Amino acid sequence: MSKPRLASIWLDGCSGCHMSLIDLDDQLFALAEKVDVVFGPLVDTKEFPEGVDITLVEGAVSTDEDHEVIKLIRQRTKYLVALGDCAVTTNIPGMRNSSGTQEMLQGVYPEAPAWTDDLPKLQRALPLHAVVKVDVHLPGCPPPPEMFFAVIAALLEDRIPDVQNQVRFGM
Amino acid sequence: MNATSVRIVTLKIDDRELSAREDRTILEVARENQLDIPTLCHLDGLSSSGACRLCLVEITGIRRLLPACVTTVGEGMEVYTNTPRIQHYRKLILELLFSERNHVCSVCVSNGQCELQELARKLGVDHVHYPYLMPELPVDASNPRFVVDHNRCILCGRCTRACDEIEGAHTWDMRGRGIETRVITDFSDPWGASSTCTGCGKCVHVCPTGALSEKGRSVAEMVKHKHFMPYLTLMRKEQS
Amino acid sequence: MTPEELHDLCTQEQEAAEQYPHHLYVCSSDPKSILAKDLRQEIKKRDKEKTICVHEVGFMGLGAEEPIVRVEPQQVYYQRVGAEDIDALFDSLDSGKSIERLACETLPELLKHQRLVVLDKNDRINPNRIEDYIACGGYQALMRALTEQSPAQVLEEITQSGLRGRGGAGFPTGLKWNLVAKAQGEKKYVVCNADEGDPGAFMDRMILECNPHRVLEGMLLAGYAVGASQGYIYIRAEYPLAIKRLRLAIKQAQRLGLLGHRIGEVGFDFNIELRLGAGAFVCGEETALLGSIAGRRGTPRPRPPYPAERGLWNAPTLINNVETFANIAPIMKHGSAWFANIGTEKSKGTKVFALAGRVTYTGLVEVPMGVPLRDIIFKLGGGIPNHCEFKAVQTGGPSGGCIPAEHLDISVDYDSLAQVGSIMGSGGMIIMDETSCMVDVAKFFMAFCCEESCGKCIPCRVGTSQMYHILQRITNGQGTLYDLELLEELCDVMQNTSLCGLGQTAPNPLLSTLRFFRHEYLAHILDKQCPAKVCKIHKVMEAVS
Repeated sequence: MSKPRLASIWLDGCSGCHMSLIDLDDQLFALAEKVDVVFGPLVDTKEFPEGVDITLVEGAVSTDEDHEVIKLIRQRTKYLVALGDCAVTTNIPGMRNSSGTQEMLQGVYPEAPAWTDDLPKLQRALPLHAVVKVDVHLPGCPPPPEMFFAVIAALLEDRIPDVQNQVRFGM
Repeated sequence: MNATSVRIVTLKIDDRELSAREDRTILEVARENQLDIPTLCHLDGLSSSGACRLCLVEITGIRRLLPACVTTVGEGMEVYTNTPRIQHYRKLILELLFSERNHVCSVCVSNGQCELQELARKLGVDHVHYPYLMPELPVDASNPRFVVDHNRCILCGRCTRACDEIEGAHTWDMRGRGIETRVITDFSDPWGASSTCTGCGKCVHVCPTGALSEKGRSVAEMVKHKHFMPYLTLMRKEQS
Repeated sequence: MTPEELHDLCTQEQEAAEQYPHHLYVCSSDPKSILAKDLRQEIKKRDKEKTICVHEVGFMGLGAEEPIVRVEPQQVYYQRVGAEDIDALFDSLDSGKSIERLACETLPELLKHQRLVVLDKNDRINPNRIEDYIACGGYQALMRALTEQSPAQVLEEITQSGLRGRGGAGFPTGLKWNLVAKAQGEKKYVVCNADEGDPGAFMDRMILECNPHRVLEGMLLAGYAVGASQGYIYIRAEYPLAIKRLRLAIKQAQRLGLLGHRIGEVGFDFNIELRLGAGAFVCGEETALLGSIAGRRGTPRPRPPYPAERGLWNAPTLINNVETFANIAPIMKHGSAWFANIGTEKSKGTKVFALAGRVTYTGLVEVPMGVPLRDIIFKLGGGIPNHCEFKAVQTGGPSGGCIPAEHLDISVDYDSLAQVGSIMGSGGMIIMDETSCMVDVAKFFMAFCCEESCGKCIPCRVGTSQMYHILQRITNGQGTLYDLELLEELCDVMQNTSLCGLGQTAPNPLLSTLRFFRHEYLAHILDKQCPAKVCKIHKVMEAVS
């Protein structure tokens, strides 16, 4: 029997949540025994595969591409985990929402207005649950490593983990 | 107040039989008995305003939920402080607060020290299902020692009460209505231009979030000391 | 002034009026109208100063057709009388033949269906003349109470009458007065809430503009009954004419010794001052209002303690609405049994309603409690103009609800209105026809509450804003079914956790439209269509923003 399939993706975030995942250190071996990592920044697969059991999503939904990707992921995933504050609250990517995308782009690329045409089509940053159904919210910037393990373990048993009191927004 | 004329009443809070002076509030009695009721606008040493609605409790026989911070105990009262109905509303109220302004904990001076952040953890708010309103709000750093970041303000009114009731300066107040309400110094002048502010810093230390902070503090560095408020009130009373 | 002096003044005025064979009562709520002035000039020109008397009155009962002139003793009404009609008017007085082209047949018909208690005799009283009010028996109830009745007897009379507060909630007035009377305190206050702010409501403004003395007399009686010596009228600054007339009325009453020291030559002192509101709707909430009078920011505080216990400057305070006070003198004059005979079992007396919106005759009407809603709209309001179809009536302002056609036959009283998800409120009625979109109506009221929320408590401050944004999405054609769930959840949290009445009742217009007009919400969300063609649905769905 094949092992449960785990995927992860990094949308509009800083990769800190994935770093936190790596901070599991030697527990990573235990995790690797339980699941197959089938997609993610650490895996060289171009297309998001079908039949994924758990997908960890880091980052806010920010661009046209993000919208497309996350909808596909939702279709192909059993349990979707919003990983970290950017996915849960939009966090820092969401700070541009107050002043608007255009103003931010011009602030960042004042010298090369033509070049901005080739940038991803930025939209208002949205939390994951505003776009697709989310099964587990795991806030934190980043969430503590030990919570990854607990959440994945629970989902492998088809249990929605209760993260109350154990995580919070921010660090 | 003449202490001898105050009656002692017996009541039940969360099925615990308690007795208390009849002039005490449900919140005071509950906390004296290690029963925690969440609050944001209330602070020991300041008057209560009943604004944040987090301390709402159920009282048998009363249909409306009542704020524990201003409701005094009564003989035979049966109070429930943590029913599913109350938990439900408390979570929604906190979510509304988070949706109102830009509360980005990860880059806040009060990260890890913040009462709002901590309450969200305690009450199990793991995400906000209301759309974020994301207003564009200013930061006033005109005061040489302190900063007010309106993005983090929850309008609890502690700063206004501390300034008025304890310091006696009444530099802080509110302006505007509804979602446009803002805390202001003097007549909405920059804090640095205030002619009434004594610079005592009490407002900063009673502020539950990162809205008021000392200058030069970076993320998670703003530790607040608010427990001296009751002593100040007591001392003022003894002096007068 | 003694009761005898008051009586003499009354007779004197009545006798003076009887000297004239002709009386012209002129009504125009337009303060710029110079019709009465023109008429007086013409009288002078025609040398008829001894035979024709012109009275300017504030209320006749048909605002839509003003200026209206009533000719007495013939009881003939003329509508839309202009300067060009003056000659014809005088000719008709001479000839005794009425002018057909000006005849107003609607008004007598409308008055037939009404029962005037609060507005009674307002069509004979010049609001600028205290003598007119006295000639109609004004201040006699006060004098009799001061000289013949104890405060307890006044309290008993009001309690027995069954009068309930006309400000909206319908709290029994007698009970409230008793609470204040019994409350411990050296100083007590009587406050009149004239901060009428519901969109489409103008009952209190009209009552004060047309007959300020009736309200003053009610406050005086209240002061006597509860043991207060100071009264305040908290009136919104947007009512300049009412303020002007109240100021004049207070001065006149002081001059005649009906306000001030030793009123009625007995040991009763009472003064009334005005306080002007700066335009915050929430200041109609009693604790916010009292805060505002005391000079603080107008925000509600939790009750208890109620104002009856701790109100203005922590003193026991009686606070009633304008119309409630306007009911007091008639009750004291005719007795509680007379009053209790009008209306229904639980809602006594009459109620003044302000009809606005898509109805033929907009303006004030006064009817006994319990009349069918249909009669108010179709008999007194003359139905919907331009052959349009009635859709809903909004009662109770931002705290009330929209009542659809299927409930038009309910009786208008506190309890029946509550049963269909609305409230009596202060008496505003906005009538809507097929050209109104009910989602848009809900959005209008939510925008109002959002702007007028004081910002103190979280559910109201953020809840109204969230709901307004959701409604905006729906009316833009960007709403989802999940938005309806969110709306209902927000309504529930606001009703149950808001600090004051404003927040607790702000969901009502939304909830009632969701209940009776859910299909219109669904049309916006699912079909991307506004059935009334009011909302501009964006053809191209923009990406979620």
